[in-house]
Formats: sequence, C-alpha cells, structure tokens
Amino acid sequence: MSLLDHLPVLLVIGPLLCAPLLVLIRIPSVVRWLAQAVVTATAAGAFWLVQTVNEPISYRMGGWTPPVGIEYRVDKVAALVALVVTSVAAIALLIGHKAARDTVIKGRLHLFYAAYLLCLTGLLGMTMTGDAFNVFVFLEISSLSTYALVAMGRRRNAFVAAFNYLVLGTIGGTFVLIGIGLMFQMTGTLNMADLAERLVEARDTRTIHVALAFMLIGLSVKLAVFPLHQWLPNAYAESPSAVSTFLAGSATKVVYFQLMRVIFTLFGASYIFGEARLGTLLVPLSLLAMFLGSAAAVYQSSLKRLLAYSSIAQVGYLTLALALGTEEGLRAGLLHLMAHAVTKAGMFAVVAIIVDRLGTDHIAALQGLSRRMPITAGLLVLGGIGLIGVPGTAGFVSKLALVDAALGAEHVFVAGAILMSSLIAVVYVWRVVEVMYFKTESEGPRLRERPASFVPAGIFLALMLGMGLYSEPAFELARAGASQLFGGMP
Amino acid sequence: MSPFLVSLGLWNYWLVVVLMMVGLYLVIAKGNLVKKLMGLNIFQGAVIMLYVSMGKVSGGTAPIFIESSPGELAEGIVYSNPLPHVLMLTAIVVGVATTAVGLALAVRIREAYGTVEEDDVTRIQRLDELHEIGLSARDALRELGSEGEEE
Repeated sequence: MSLLDHLPVLLVIGPLLCAPLLVLIRIPSVVRWLAQAVVTATAAGAFWLVQTVNEPISYRMGGWTPPVGIEYRVDKVAALVALVVTSVAAIALLIGHKAARDTVIKGRLHLFYAAYLLCLTGLLGMTMTGDAFNVFVFLEISSLSTYALVAMGRRRNAFVAAFNYLVLGTIGGTFVLIGIGLMFQMTGTLNMADLAERLVEARDTRTIHVALAFMLIGLSVKLAVFPLHQWLPNAYAESPSAVSTFLAGSATKVVYFQLMRVIFTLFGASYIFGEARLGTLLVPLSLLAMFLGSAAAVYQSSLKRLLAYSSIAQVGYLTLALALGTEEGLRAGLLHLMAHAVTKAGMFAVVAIIVDRLGTDHIAALQGLSRRMPITAGLLVLGGIGLIGVPGTAGFVSKLALVDAALGAEHVFVAGAILMSSLIAVVYVWRVVEVMYFKTESEGPRLRERPASFVPAGIFLALMLGMGLYSEPAFELARAGASQLFGGMP
Repeated sequence: MSPFLVSLGLWNYWLVVVLMMVGLYLVIAKGNLVKKLMGLNIFQGAVIMLYVSMGKVSGGTAPIFIESSPGELAEGIVYSNPLPHVLMLTAIVVGVATTAVGLALAVRIREAYGTVEEDDVTRIQRLDELHEIGLSARDALRELGSEGEEE
C-alpha cells in the first residue's frame, strides 16, 4: 500500500498527533506555523480525496475486516464535507494568530492551537468513520475542544456561553449515544453499512423507533435545528473571531452530514419519509427556523449575533432540503452546505477585521464605516449580498437548486417561503449597510486598513463568487454525492 | 402475562429511566452551575448503566475463555457480551473530560462574576449590556428594578 491509500486515516491522525506536539513546543511563532502547515496539509489531502473518490473507499483500521474491525468509509459526500471543513479551518486559522493573541492569556497561545487542531480532528473523524460509536467519540472530541475555544473569547460572557454550550452539547451527544446503544442492542453491530442492512428487519420495533428519535434529537441539538438552537447565538458571538469563523463554516456542516447519513444511509429515505413521516415534522420546523431566525437577526445589536441568528435560518434551509426527501433536495442541501460555509465564514472573517480595528462588533459602532474603512465595508456588503442569494453568488446557486427541488417535490408553498425568507435577509443586511453608508453623525477618523488582514475574508468571498459565477464543478460534485448517498449503502 | 408485569421484569431499564430523568431534571431545574454538572453526570451515568446492562446474557459468565484442559476451550459455556463494557470505558473517559471542562468553566465564571448561580450571572450580564449602551450604573440598576416589579 502506498501512503496515499492511508489518506483517510492520515487526515484524522495528522492534527491529532500534532496537537500534543504543539503543547510541548510552546514557542508561539513555531506553534503558529506548524499548526498552519498541518491544517493546510489536511486541506490538500481532502482536495486529493475529492478528486479521486468515485466508489466509496473502505479503509480497514489495523487491517481488521469490518464489521468486526473499525472501518473508515469515504464516499463522495464525506470527501466533500472533509474538503469544506479543512479548507475553512485552514483559512480561518490565518485570522487566528492575531485574534488569539489579543484574547488568549499570554503564554498560553499554544493551547489555543492545540484545541483548534483537536476540534478539526473530531470533525474530520466524524466525517470519515464508518462506525457509529466512532461518530460519538469524535463528536465529543470536537465538542470538548469547541467549549474550550469558545471560552477563550474577549469578554467574560464567553465563559457563560461556553458553559451553556457544554450543558446542551453534552445532552445532545449523550442522546446520540443512547440512540447508538439501542440500535446496537437490536442489531448487534456498530458498523454503519452492516447496521443499514440489519435495520431493515429490526426497524419496525419500538426500540428502533426510540433509537431513531434519540439520534435525530441529539444531532438536531448539535446542528442547532429550531427550536434546539439556544446555544448557538451566544457561542458564536462570544468566541474569538477565528473560532466563530471556523465554527460557522464547519461544525454544523459535519453534524448535518451525520444527519444525512442517519436518514439516507442507515434507514433509507423511503422509510424515514414514508413510514416514519419525518417530513411532516421537519418541514414546518425548517420553515420556522428560516423565518424566526431571520426575523431575530433583524433585531440584533451586535454584528456577530446577527450573523449567528442568520446561521439558524440557514440551518433551516439545510434541513428543509433534507425534509423534501428527494435526490434533488439532497443535492440542493449539499450545494447549500458549500455555499453557506464560504459565505458565512467569509462574513465572520470580515467581522474579525472590524473587531480587531474598532474593538467592538456593535452595529451602532459601524457608523460611517464606508469612509473609515472602505474596503472592509465593501467586503461586508459583498458577504451580505451572498447571504441574500443575489445572482452571481454561491447563495443564489444553492437557493435556486432548493427552490427547484421544492417545486419538483410539489411543495409550491415551500418554494414561496424560501423566496419570502430571503427577503427578510435583505432587511437585516440592509440594516448594516444603512449604518455603514448612510449614518454619519458620530463618525470616527479614517482607519488604516492592512492588506494582509483581507486575505482570509478575501479568499472566502472569492470562493463564494467563484462558486456563484462558475457553478459547474460544485454542481457536479453535489450531483455525484447526492446520487451516491441517496442510493444508500450497497 | 400482562405487558405491565413483563416490563417489571426489565427492572434495569426502569432504573436507567429514573436515573436519566433525575439527571435531566437537575440540569434543567437547578440554578447552581455545579449542581447542573452533577445532574449531567447522573444523566451520563444512566446511559453507562443502560449499555452495561444490555451486555448481560442471562446465565452468562464473565467473557474470559474457560479452558477445560490446557489449550482446549470448555464447551457449552455462555459468555456475556463484553463489547458494551468496552464502549463504556470510552464513554466514562468522555464523561470525566466533560466534567473537568465544565468545572474549569465554573471556576472561571466564579472568578469573573463572583457567583456560580445562574440567575445572578444573568443579572450581571444584563447590567453589563445596559452599561455598554451607555447607561450609568444607577440608571441601569433602576432599569433592572422596574423589570423586577413587572415580573
């Protein structure tokens, strides 16, 4: 076997082994570039995986044959999610150094990077593994490091946000564990492909119904599906800028992929949306998330919080795409996953510049920003346009696919609701634009803008525009992934 | 046998359900952050019991091979399933790590706010917010006081 055959596991092990190394090295400059190098290397590896995976790769841990041995299973969608997560992590880490130096206690910077790498390990592990219990373990690895990262925020509120996230996150994770346990009890296996086969017989028992409910609710807490979203606004708003950029573009996306796997791989769409009638629950909840999330975003006084509530609305689009229960819906979901990752991470990256220069993310403090920091203000507007889904941006491509899928599933009302909720996005984006461009009463002096600080936000927003203007590769990936996942495990 | 009597035979699950609810109740109802963590621990403990009890095979013995003569495995012996126990070793580690992070956060909250009562922390946070939008301490207190009266 060549080294490339081990790529699925190398992606997970790389950051995992590097994290303790960073704690031992401790020298800020070395730690910084080592972490950046490792994360960038995983991104390159994930890119290679996306290029090469056609049939699902089955990697046998230690050479043991599944279902007894643990299997890593990388299909098109897993590779795609891994690529999104690693690239967001690599770009967000560029902001990291500046942001972390301001917030993390002096001399503890290496711990920030170690937690960051562990979080990436957990997210990648969840994506790659084909073993249900592994999913739980990696979920907790990423969650625990996320709690630590959130607590490193600037203000003391960060501790409370992290604590509340810890309580809710642990309950969610434990629910997933209960679900896995009950499934194991009925089938005697933890391997997902094997589980899928054996669940066909067992799925009409009470135990499996309960297991499914626990799994779905547990994952929904982690995904911040309305009304289980309470932890998200505080966690995003209080964490350091680099962390909120990273989380916004990765954490919920990986959990979303797990939800996809439970629905389409383990149980199969026909069972979930036929007999279990999940659609009747998930469609209204998604619609509520879209409207209430966007409406709450309109009333926020802090920029990060506004973006966080907008994320809850975006999770609504994602779950809506699943709830349609069709292959087109799944494709739209994958497209929106990519689109939202780059758009929202890009916007948080712009907010990182603003917080760095102004020391606050209050919307009222943005007065006259168009003259004080013209490029930053421009980037923020660009991100906002992407969030609304104006043609030419990634958001347009994915929302169009979503409307298309809704019409294809004969949900005309849902298609209308998608367009309506985009209009609310116009309102909250306009609020920010209005303050930046048209309010000048208490305008501060012009601030120097450092070109280097634009790099992370610039890359994200360039990717967003690239995906919007030349959507063919993304569309092709989503199409291939959706057909593979929708077909279920062979 | 009536379904109720059958379910009584599965007393281990009753125990798990009761413990789980006690844990969840503590997490939701208690305002003290440390007590919340205790509830979380009980909740996780219940799940560990659930797993361990499902590994039990009736009449089964500890899953260590018994040899009838050296090199020969004894036949006809029922073993319990060791896998759930092994899984729970990992879950225990996760639980301990969660508690450690949670307690560390509680310590930091206590340092930053001088209390670990959720209500007090929320009140101080509200004061912080009012302070940030430019109210003086006295006005902020009055604002909070009038809110209290409304409640």
